[in-house]
Amino acid sequence: MKVLKLIFKNALRHKLRTLLTIFGISIAVIAFGLLRTVVTIWDSSVDATMANRLITRQAVSFIFPLPYSYKEKIEKVPGVNKVTFATWFQGVYKDKNNFFARMAVDPETMFDVYPEYIISPEELAAFKKERNACVIGADIAQQHKLKLGDQMVLEGDIYPGRWEFIVRGIYKGKNKNTDKTQMLFHWDYVNERMKVETPVRANDVGWYVVQIADPNKSALISNQIDALFKNSTAETKTETEKAFAQGFVAASGAIITAMNVMSFVIIGIIMLVLANTMIMAARERTREYAVFKTLGFSAKHLVGLILGESMVISFLGGGIGLFLTFPIVAGFEQAMPKGFFPFFYIEPITVVLASVATVLVGLISAIFPIHKALNTKIVDGFRFVG
Amino acid sequence: MSAIIQVKNVSKSYWRNSLEIPVLNNLSLEVQEGEFLGLMGPSGSGKTTLLNLIAGIDRPSDGELTVAGTDIAKLSESALAKWRSSHIGFVFQFYNLIPVLTAYENVELPLLLTSFSKAERKQRVETALTIVGLGDRMSHYPKQLSGGQEQRVAIARAIVTDPVILVADEPTGDLDKKSAQEILILMDRLNKEFKKTIVMVTHDPHAAEKASRQLHLEKGDLVGV
Ligand SMILES: Nc1ncnc2c1ncn2[C@@H]1O[C@H](COP(=O)(O)OP(=O)(O)OP(=O)(O)O)[C@@H](O)[C@H]1O
Ligand SMILES: [Mg+2]
Repeated sequence: MKVLKLIFKNALRHKLRTLLTIFGISIAVIAFGLLRTVVTIWDSSVDATMANRLITRQAVSFIFPLPYSYKEKIEKVPGVNKVTFATWFQGVYKDKNNFFARMAVDPETMFDVYPEYIISPEELAAFKKERNACVIGADIAQQHKLKLGDQMVLEGDIYPGRWEFIVRGIYKGKNKNTDKTQMLFHWDYVNERMKVETPVRANDVGWYVVQIADPNKSALISNQIDALFKNSTAETKTETEKAFAQGFVAASGAIITAMNVMSFVIIGIIMLVLANTMIMAARERTREYAVFKTLGFSAKHLVGLILGESMVISFLGGGIGLFLTFPIVAGFEQAMPKGFFPFFYIEPITVVLASVATVLVGLISAIFPIHKALNTKIVDGFRFVG
Repeated sequence: MSAIIQVKNVSKSYWRNSLEIPVLNNLSLEVQEGEFLGLMGPSGSGKTTLLNLIAGIDRPSDGELTVAGTDIAKLSESALAKWRSSHIGFVFQFYNLIPVLTAYENVELPLLLTSFSKAERKQRVETALTIVGLGDRMSHYPKQLSGGQEQRVAIARAIVTDPVILVADEPTGDLDKKSAQEILILMDRLNKEFKKTIVMVTHDPHAAEKASRQLHLEKGDLVGV
């Protein structure tokens, strides 16, 4: 009890110094939380991929289309269960800052290949039946207050003109990291209009998604698919969804790695900040430690005093930082364009890591001052002039 | 009368950059129970060093040191700490109070290592502070007290565990005449009324007069008066 009181009194001796240290630790923990959150989002968007899905795209670039006629050929490759396809539609919904994915898909096969998009059989049937129906992710429905039967109008850019859709289904995610920010509608609906307006662009699809029976055969099947279209005008490149996702964010991969490293560098920096504060504090108290020892206080007591103070400061800093991380991460998400990240949440592991780091920082910062205090002889302590 | 402090052929050297600095040479000294010894001598003669050896906060390089019946040169570090806390009261030139603790809490500090209950501690702290005349300053912090008052708090801290021996290293060295006089009267009272054996280092001949015996230290050797 007495010791605790003394620890707090010691911590508050230099109020400004202690406050600045606590503040520094808080900021570092917040930065750590934010960085880790962005890193985990990237990791989990790769993790969200399925091992039994292959993506077949145009060999030169993802932006070039593939003929619709490939579907039937891919379906015939041994080991292929089901083939679906999609086209990046883009367009503008209400205003340019609404970033969610808008894709023309095959209603018949889409939800079979993506079982993690959960939709009720009734809604799915309604979606399939109506030419200009669409299905949206639950997050989009919530963000834009959309419900079944509502109209959504897109201003086309890649596919010019005004496009009207009716919401017939809202899908939920099977997992926390399932992307619930997409808008999906009939490829046919877009394609029919293309046939009339710009026939050269008709019967094109963006990419194929191939569901395979055995994930271990992905390399073999990929090669077989690509072999089918070798030397054609539209050669293909097939890879697992995971490899595709990684490649898609390859550029940001380097940034992510940097962020990953940075998040731990920050922990190192707070360690230095607190260690510095503790070393200064312990140095100023050299005489007092000599007094304590003279009076008969043991190493255990001094360790308690110094470690206690270090822990109090790091816990306060870490606690405040963690507490503020949540609103700040939420604010960060708000500040980003809507739907920029398909999902954004603080992983429990981030909280655990930040807490562990806080404890470690407190412990390690106390080591040097403790060592110094215990190894200074009483007589030298009294002769010490700060 | 039995000697409560027996210093026999004690030598002490310090080492600085692998250079031996001899401070005390083969020094012997006895202090009887109830004595008030004044230790004088020029700066650097080894007064503080001798006092620290007697009080068990430093160890001799050679020789025997029996204090209050214990051969303290042979004690382990932790046994020595325990021995100090029950046998010796310390008074320093610069008071050495803990600035974030009140007068009461400073005096209570040594009692935290004992098994006294909170009520017993309170009673002892109040008694000690009343003896030194600061019964009305218990909740003051060191910086709210004058130098003389701080030294009196330090004396209360030294006597609160009721040790047999008090060691004081220039207790009036940092005080004005009037405060110094008050401290000396208090030391005298502790010796006569409370039967404390006192070893006091001082530069001040006037202070040394309070002592029942004076010794001079010259370059590590004792010169009696
Ligand atoms: N811990 C130490 N380490 C190294 N040298 C020391 C140490 N303590 C004392 N000395 C040296 O031992 C000698 C005696 O010092 P001591 O402090 O005992 O003298 P003193 O008589 O108390 O002097 P003063 O009157 O100035 O307090 C000095 O030369 C001092 O430099
Ligand atoms: Mg001295």
